[in-house]
Amino acid sequence: MKKHAERIYLALIFILLYAPIATLIVLSFNKSKTRSKWGGFTLKWYSSMFQNSSIMDALYTTLLIALLSAAAATLIGTMAAMGISSMNRRMKTICMSITNIPMLNADIVTGISLMLLFIALGAFGVKFGFGTVLTAHITFNIPYVILSVMPKLKQTNKSTYEAALDLGASPVQAFFKVVFPDILPGVLSGFLLAFTMSLDDFVITHFTKGPGLDTLSTKIYTEVKKGIKPEMYSLSTLLFLSVLLLLLLINLAPNAKKISAENKGNKK
Amino acid sequence: MSNKLIDLVHISKSFDNDMVLDDLNLYIRENEFLTLLGPSGCGKTTTLRILGGFENPDQGQVIFHGEDITHLPPNKRQLNTVFQKYALFSHMTIAENIAFGLKIKKKSKAYIDDKIKYALKLVNLDGFENRKPDSLSGGQQQRIAIARAIVNEPKVLLLDEPLGALDLKLRKDMQYELIRLKNELGITFIYVTHDQEEALTMSDTIVVMNQGYIQQIGTPEHIYNEPENAFVADFIGESNIIPSTMIEDRLVEILGAKFECVDTGFGQNRPVDVVIRPEDIDLVKPEDGTIQGVVTGLIFKGVHYEMDVMAGGYEWLVHSTDMFPVGTRVGIHVDPFDIQIMNKPESEDEEAVISIE
Amino acid sequence: MSKKYFAAPYLVWAVGFIIIPLFMIVFYGFTDRSGAFTLENILAILSHEHAKALWLSILLSLVSTVICLVLAYPLAMILTKRNVNQHSFMVLLFILPMWMNFLLRTLAWQTLLEKNGVINAVLSFLHLPALEIINTPYAIVLGMVYNFLPFMVLPIYNVLAKIDPNVINAARDLGANGVQTFFRVIFPLSIPGVISGITMVFVPAMTTFVISTLLGGSKILLIGNVIEQEFTQGNNWHLGSGLSLVLMVFILISMAFVMKYDKDGEGAMF
Repeated sequence: MKKHAERIYLALIFILLYAPIATLIVLSFNKSKTRSKWGGFTLKWYSSMFQNSSIMDALYTTLLIALLSAAAATLIGTMAAMGISSMNRRMKTICMSITNIPMLNADIVTGISLMLLFIALGAFGVKFGFGTVLTAHITFNIPYVILSVMPKLKQTNKSTYEAALDLGASPVQAFFKVVFPDILPGVLSGFLLAFTMSLDDFVITHFTKGPGLDTLSTKIYTEVKKGIKPEMYSLSTLLFLSVLLLLLLINLAPNAKKISAENKGNKK
Repeated sequence: MSNKLIDLVHISKSFDNDMVLDDLNLYIRENEFLTLLGPSGCGKTTTLRILGGFENPDQGQVIFHGEDITHLPPNKRQLNTVFQKYALFSHMTIAENIAFGLKIKKKSKAYIDDKIKYALKLVNLDGFENRKPDSLSGGQQQRIAIARAIVNEPKVLLLDEPLGALDLKLRKDMQYELIRLKNELGITFIYVTHDQEEALTMSDTIVVMNQGYIQQIGTPEHIYNEPENAFVADFIGESNIIPSTMIEDRLVEILGAKFECVDTGFGQNRPVDVVIRPEDIDLVKPEDGTIQGVVTGLIFKGVHYEMDVMAGGYEWLVHSTDMFPVGTRVGIHVDPFDIQIMNKPESEDEEAVISIE
Repeated sequence: MSKKYFAAPYLVWAVGFIIIPLFMIVFYGFTDRSGAFTLENILAILSHEHAKALWLSILLSLVSTVICLVLAYPLAMILTKRNVNQHSFMVLLFILPMWMNFLLRTLAWQTLLEKNGVINAVLSFLHLPALEIINTPYAIVLGMVYNFLPFMVLPIYNVLAKIDPNVINAARDLGANGVQTFFRVIFPLSIPGVISGITMVFVPAMTTFVISTLLGGSKILLIGNVIEQEFTQGNNWHLGSGLSLVLMVFILISMAFVMKYDKDGEGAMF
């Protein structure tokens, strides 16, 4: 009885979380251009979206910014995590508090603070556009990487690094052969998280982009009043499904390995 | 000792088709210090959890004072547990931790305060009322876990490897502390450990378990001096376990040499296992020994020397306060009552897998 | 060379793009267009229009936070019990929706909530009265709960999953029944996660301007909308900054709470 109640509850929550997504997927196959009417099944939006250069441009910008900002944040963030973890307690607290600011602060405040900075830097020739958006995204992505890598660093045994040095490895070799493989899962999940956050961001981009540049989010926002182009639905569906597929593969592969290993272990 | 308090009857338990306990029968008497001893995975902790009410057995009954409590939830049982790694409530002070059970029972504030004082005194931690568990050392946390359990005046205290996380010196101190506590409280202790020395020091009764079966039940002396099978002999202390032949009553042939012993009733010319403790072997002049050999290894151990003696194709482990340098020819003599004869295991289940942690 | 210098690039970055920009807001907030010191931008919050927007923001975000907490706590408990000790899988289930654009996801609720939308079709099928909440504060609350629920679930789940099962066993062993065990042991131990969850929901809900724009029609203004308009349409950055500073007071209070109750970062999201 209790089990059933729990299952129903879980199901309801996941319906709440995934109902809008299902709606969007359905809309992407909708012949009618209005959101509120079902006009029959079609695939035409899937072909026309590739011809729509403004959508393709926005997609390209979005992915490029996500990729570059996630990569830069991963590099800076991983190094920062290593540095912070070897600091003394007081410095560590200060650094982690700074790291927490963009995480806990409101997007709108982060957005306008960067906007004001870039305006001030305008005196030095900084122009709103790709560069400012990328900088902003790197800024809010670094904390995600640091917070993903720090726990892994805490778990790694300090003596393995020293053991590697003891066995003749140089500090660089010891890092790449011993420490890095240990923290790699944290680095990867940090990258993935950063990429996702960048892709999903609207508010901070909204304040730092300036005219002329559009990501998918800002493009959708300007379309809200005049009506969303159905191609947006098909593009989002495509993005979502390909990520779903990718993540399923990543998540199932190691689990399958683990399960088969466990089965072998049980047989004895 | 007095009456039966707890009876475990035909208890079986498996997890995911893995048999952890197979038809276990065991009774525990009032005011007894009983230890469940065995390597990890032997079923000792599962037995304790069934007693505490944290697991339901697949089959069998738990009888407490003549009453079936098999399916009684833990909060209704007159038993309290001291958990591995203490399981203190980190959000409460020491006093609040100790008061937890009493507040649930709605005891008066004066009673609770009295009890806290008494319990802290009992575990030698007076004045720790307002500290938080995190600020205490492992040994201190352990004492608090014990205090938290005993203020509820349980009939039985279950202890799940309570000293496992402590260092050697502290562990020794806590062993004496526990014996003292048990004597002061006059209640039953059921203690789980994989440390044979701990079991020998503290227990009235030791239950040696392996792979879900009870291997032997007895007093520490009994278990140590008269192990019933090779597993027990090997798990409890160091020993020489030698395949031999029982020629007749009171005479056994070990590695080709005939030794007198005191055991009877094994029949004639039967294969048996012989257990001889290293400290029961006397090294003598070659011509005085029952079997002759050469010392091949010598280590100074403080209280005694540990020597390896190659004799009859077997490397004997010998503890002695006399020193014989490597290469010395010696004779081996064993008093008849120091030779322990064991039947060879019959079934595979009984066979002891000798795996010491 | 000490390893701690690896943090140098980050610290330079953080000073340049986190700390200095915040001081820019402070500077603009306390000055007028001529650059002279003024408190007017801050006090502007007391004007009827702004105070109303702030009050509505606080109200709606408080309601959303409470709903999120009530929904998330049982959810986190069920998930902990389910032995889904694949932590990453859990996070994934809640992160996955983020791959569908945030604006589109929220807009989809318009379709679902419309007069002839899916939800009303289901309701009329069940002979229940139709729901007409689109373009009302209720729709905004729904949008907040929908968007920020994961931020409540994950910290609580993370804290609950870390509780040693023997601590719960110990409470039972000492005589507590299920309800007593929950209120005296489980819930107090999960406070860091709850506090962290509350701020993770309250701050973005209180400061949003997107959800109100998408689901509230154009009539309902939250404080986020007011600030956004000052920056993008009104072009009074000084006023916008001043109002942002007022917002930041609330954010700082939230952060202080987290620091107090979650010193070790136990209630972290990821």
